[in-house]
Amino acid sequence: MVQFTLNGNPCHSGAGDNALLLDVLRGDLGLTGTRFGCGANQCGACHVLVDGASVPACDTPLWAVAGKQVVTVEGLGSAAAPHPVQAALIVYQAGQCGYCLSGIQISAAALLARNPNPTDAEVRSALDRHLCRCGSHNRIVKAVLAAAQHMPPKPTESGA
Amino acid sequence: MNLAFRLSTDAAALRAGPGGERVRAASLAVNPRISQWLRFHADGSVEARPGKVEIGQGIVTALAQIVAEELDVSLARIRMVPAGTDTSPDEAVTSGSLSIQESGAALRQASACARALFLDAAAAQLQAAPETLQISDGEIRAVSDSTSGGTSGSTSRTTSYWALAAGINLDVDADTAIKPKAPADYRIVGTAAPRRDLPEKVFGTPRLIHDLVLPGMLHGRVVRPSAPGAHLESIDSSAVQTLPGVVCIVRDGSFIGVVAATELQANRAAEQLAQLAQWRETRELPDAQHLPAWLRAQPVESKVVDQRADPAIVSATRTMQATYSRGFVAHASIGPSCALARWPADAASGALEVWTHSQGIFNLRTDLALAFARAPETVVVHHVEGSGCYGHNGADDVAYDAALLARAVPGRTVRLQWTRAQELAWSPVSPAMRVDLEAALDDAGNILAWKHDVTSNGHGTRPGRAKTPALLAATHLEKPFEALIAVNAPLAAGGGAERNAVPLYNFPAWTITNHRLLTMPLRTSAMRSLGAHCNVFALESFIDEIAHARGEDPLAFRLRQLSDPRAIAVVERAAQLCNWRDDARGEGHGRGIAFAKYKNTGAYCAVIAEVDVAREVRVKKLWIAVDVGLVINPDGVRNQIEGGAIQAASFTLKEAVAFDRSRITSDAWEHYPILKFSEVPEVDIDLISRPDQPAVGAGEAAHGPVAAAIGNAVFNAIGVRVRDMPLTPERIISAMA
Ligand code: FES
Ligand code: FES
Repeated sequence: MVQFTLNGNPCHSGAGDNALLLDVLRGDLGLTGTRFGCGANQCGACHVLVDGASVPACDTPLWAVAGKQVVTVEGLGSAAAPHPVQAALIVYQAGQCGYCLSGIQISAAALLARNPNPTDAEVRSALDRHLCRCGSHNRIVKAVLAAAQHMPPKPTESGA
Repeated sequence: MNLAFRLSTDAAALRAGPGGERVRAASLAVNPRISQWLRFHADGSVEARPGKVEIGQGIVTALAQIVAEELDVSLARIRMVPAGTDTSPDEAVTSGSLSIQESGAALRQASACARALFLDAAAAQLQAAPETLQISDGEIRAVSDSTSGGTSGSTSRTTSYWALAAGINLDVDADTAIKPKAPADYRIVGTAAPRRDLPEKVFGTPRLIHDLVLPGMLHGRVVRPSAPGAHLESIDSSAVQTLPGVVCIVRDGSFIGVVAATELQANRAAEQLAQLAQWRETRELPDAQHLPAWLRAQPVESKVVDQRADPAIVSATRTMQATYSRGFVAHASIGPSCALARWPADAASGALEVWTHSQGIFNLRTDLALAFARAPETVVVHHVEGSGCYGHNGADDVAYDAALLARAVPGRTVRLQWTRAQELAWSPVSPAMRVDLEAALDDAGNILAWKHDVTSNGHGTRPGRAKTPALLAATHLEKPFEALIAVNAPLAAGGGAERNAVPLYNFPAWTITNHRLLTMPLRTSAMRSLGAHCNVFALESFIDEIAHARGEDPLAFRLRQLSDPRAIAVVERAAQLCNWRDDARGEGHGRGIAFAKYKNTGAYCAVIAEVDVAREVRVKKLWIAVDVGLVINPDGVRNQIEGGAIQAASFTLKEAVAFDRSRITSDAWEHYPILKFSEVPEVDIDLISRPDQPAVGAGEAAHGPVAAAIGNAVFNAIGVRVRDMPLTPERIISAMA
């Protein structure tokens, strides 16, 4: 039994230590917002936050998230309370099929949490492991840059 | 492809007239009843039922705008019903950039007719002349002026669509004599209405087929042959049969798959099956390093698709020749193809139900009926949105796979998603192409005659059009169906390999010939822009070569030979956008221009590319001017043009399916790279609005011009012409050597 926090709630999974986080999320837990794209850490479709870092759930065994905070696209925000990146993606109409967007939002949120004022190049480099076949890249980058303007101020670090 | 394709031989269904008019009647001619398109409800909503489907292009939003506009109701009242063969009008395939022309025109006419019926009923009820009635968000108001009312101001009596709905019979044919609104009166069409589907896609709300969970659902996985054309010699699957969760193993000839309780169990079982299977490989694939030579060596069916005047111009003093090519290109959707299927518990009664992201649910139904020898009425196909779709991909194939597996468990739904490797190696691919061009010139370098020979596999093996099913596994069965050799749509419907091979320039003479391969080692079919990607690359590169040989500005050279004012306008606009100057740039930095009118009947698009070339080609910026006629949703058009342009840059710079002599080796992203965030160019788009011209699609307009503009910019940058796509570092280096 592996215990972790999923989108703010305690979660136990008996799927086995080596089960992949993506299979557990999409299968047992029914959270289908996280996408399967390649299963090989090559497309970025399946990214989730683990203790604030954007990681491929298809390449993350369950044991690696024991005791950690896991956030999926469903936990990032909602229509009623969207994450700034989500709100900006909609304002900028940044997407076509949208299949890539779950993973991209996760990496964008992780970027803005550590760098609230990224440059265009920094956004592109943070998203470079995410593939988009529809060509929505530039709108997505614009949306992330706009979201940066609406991020809550970064909590001051201890001792700072 | 589309209805224009289907009806191109049915003269009665098509009216003569310019392109837009010709197809206008198509969707409505096949599905004439208003009730096939629209339903009005007492709760204040209107259901619209297009037979075209959302494939990531935003069509559902644009169609809702058309209906809301014609009915004078707010957009929020329009409910778009997902397409199903049991509920929707048959609009064949969502392709060819024709959805606005076909579905949009039908919905517009059906809405105009429904509106007229409601006005007649309201006029009777309110005792007013129909022309004195006003409609506002579905409320119908009779306004009489103050003199007749005897009180100050006007009095009004009202009813509404919603109040009248129950009493109006929409089971009548739409009257094509009723005139829709004049574009000058549009208030919803032409606005940037936000995409209806986007919020759910952003928040990860279940919406895509990959998210669909049906009660009691089982999971399938298939094991594909070791190589195209390989036969399954033997397999001892008894050990797999007893793995946890395995429900059954399904084998029919060289088709083999497994059904299990969970996806993970199905995957594990399939991995073992793959190791146990013994295959005999039979087919030799071409030499991937020498595709142009391979193409020329194949048996072909040759056809002159267009000819102008006598090609033997006597005053020609010299000729120029060049050969261009590209490799096979993969769809490479980010989400692998997925489907669900369920057979009736009692085979004799009930329908086979299939859930699919196919572009053509009726065509898929036709082929499923053929493959399973059932009446089409006993197959129901529901559309559910999938990952981005750019043509005839694996969607139909995976639906057939799911149905083959589900047949073993009647009454149970089986969900099947392909693996990444299956998606990249077993979806149909877009054909490799070779284009041979020859121009006869006079002393001054003017073009007197033009020859364009395109050699390629056909660009169409879509389902629903042949005597045998066009579904991948149909050729793998114990009693296999015959494999189809890809064909091309008639040029009147846009053509396939020959798409955009006919120049739009005023050359005095030309001969355009299409050589269709009669062999097909890799299964080819339609992908975004079909032959236009390579034909426009070739044609527009060759124009540049001739202009360069004359020492003339390639912009001026083009403008001199165009007479269509809309073509001239987009070319001039693109040049203005980037302040085009005919400087020889060189030293690794260059600009190139290209133009095409998609299918010669669709959108006008001119592109200027700016590149840096060091070891590799870096596209820094694309300036694009486009004319799609009436613009239904300007933001949607921009999104489609920009997405198409970025995808085209990816095709042109990076993409070719890789294979050895027996199997496709580009079955993972690391072997099939596409353009990444850090490599994507800036894109600047200017839309030229033509509200008086028919609306045409935008999704494929940029592919050809972007490819050629990049090629021309590379020449401008390094003085070397690279005529084979993709323009990889190896090709750039060898061209410079
Ligand atoms: S599915 Fe995890 S990176 Fe592609
Ligand atoms: S929007 Fe379709 S893959 Fe990115």
